[in-house]
Amino acid sequence: MKKQFDKAFENVVRLRIMSVLMVNEEYDFNSFKELLEVTDGNLASHLKSLEKQEFITVQKSFVGRKTQTTYKATPSGKEAFQAHLSFLENLIKENKN
Amino acid sequence: MNTPQKELSEIKAIMERSTRFISLSGMSGVMAGIYALIASALAYYWVYYPNSPFGFRISYVNDEQILLKLIVTAIIVLVLSVGTGIYLTKKKTQKNNTKFWSTTSKRFLFSLFIPIIVGGFFTLALILRGYLIIVAPATLIFYGMALLNASHFTLSDIKYLAYCQIALGILSAFFPGYGLIFWSLGFGVLHIVYGITMYLKYDR
Repeated sequence: MKKQFDKAFENVVRLRIMSVLMVNEEYDFNSFKELLEVTDGNLASHLKSLEKQEFITVQKSFVGRKTQTTYKATPSGKEAFQAHLSFLENLIKENKN
Repeated sequence: MNTPQKELSEIKAIMERSTRFISLSGMSGVMAGIYALIASALAYYWVYYPNSPFGFRISYVNDEQILLKLIVTAIIVLVLSVGTGIYLTKKKTQKNNTKFWSTTSKRFLFSLFIPIIVGGFFTLALILRGYLIIVAPATLIFYGMALLNASHFTLSDIKYLAYCQIALGILSAFFPGYGLIFWSLGFGVLHIVYGITMYLKYDR
């Protein structure tokens, strides 16, 4: 079971980002910032690392004159998250026995 | 690391918070109800006075002047209610330090207003065709369906308000002539009850 523990989700901010992207088709940078209450730099570095792992994709667009960066979970990102959930569920089961 | 139970419940909480608009003001429900009751009183005065609203009408709603007055009043109530709702909700988001115009609020408003707009046009068609007897049930049912639709994107308590509006709408369809009573119960009394409940539960 141990091998299913994904390093990517060790960090709580990354875990939360993926949680949000599991239930939202897409989510933008500012909404993330507001929801997770983290600084720009902190959020950006976690998003970057998830992007590097190809768990999320990034899309930049213009809203008026401002750029808006939106994020989506990739199929492999969703799979990894599901695996992490089952890992947690298994831990709970094991603790019960 | 957190215990797995704690981590799972946190994941669930963040999923909830990221999809629902939770800053809807309870007080705005109360205000909408009060506007609706005032409008109902006016309508009663125009249509029934001095008879009881359960009795016979003095003037008929097909009288074009009265019909126009009623429609204008309904529109004023709608605009006032939405306006007050926006104002109070904006104040609440400022207090909670969240944004009023966000992904979640947009989703909530879209899911609420698409059925309302459809219902509005449908009701307009009913009025133009002269099916006045079915206007109160139509507005109540469409509004209830709109609330039910929007309940997925805000605090889910609102779905009880939705069920009550739909039930009232169906009832009123089978009791023609009592539209005004059902209308003031639905848009007036139910809003006030819901608003006070939400205020006590979340806003204090």
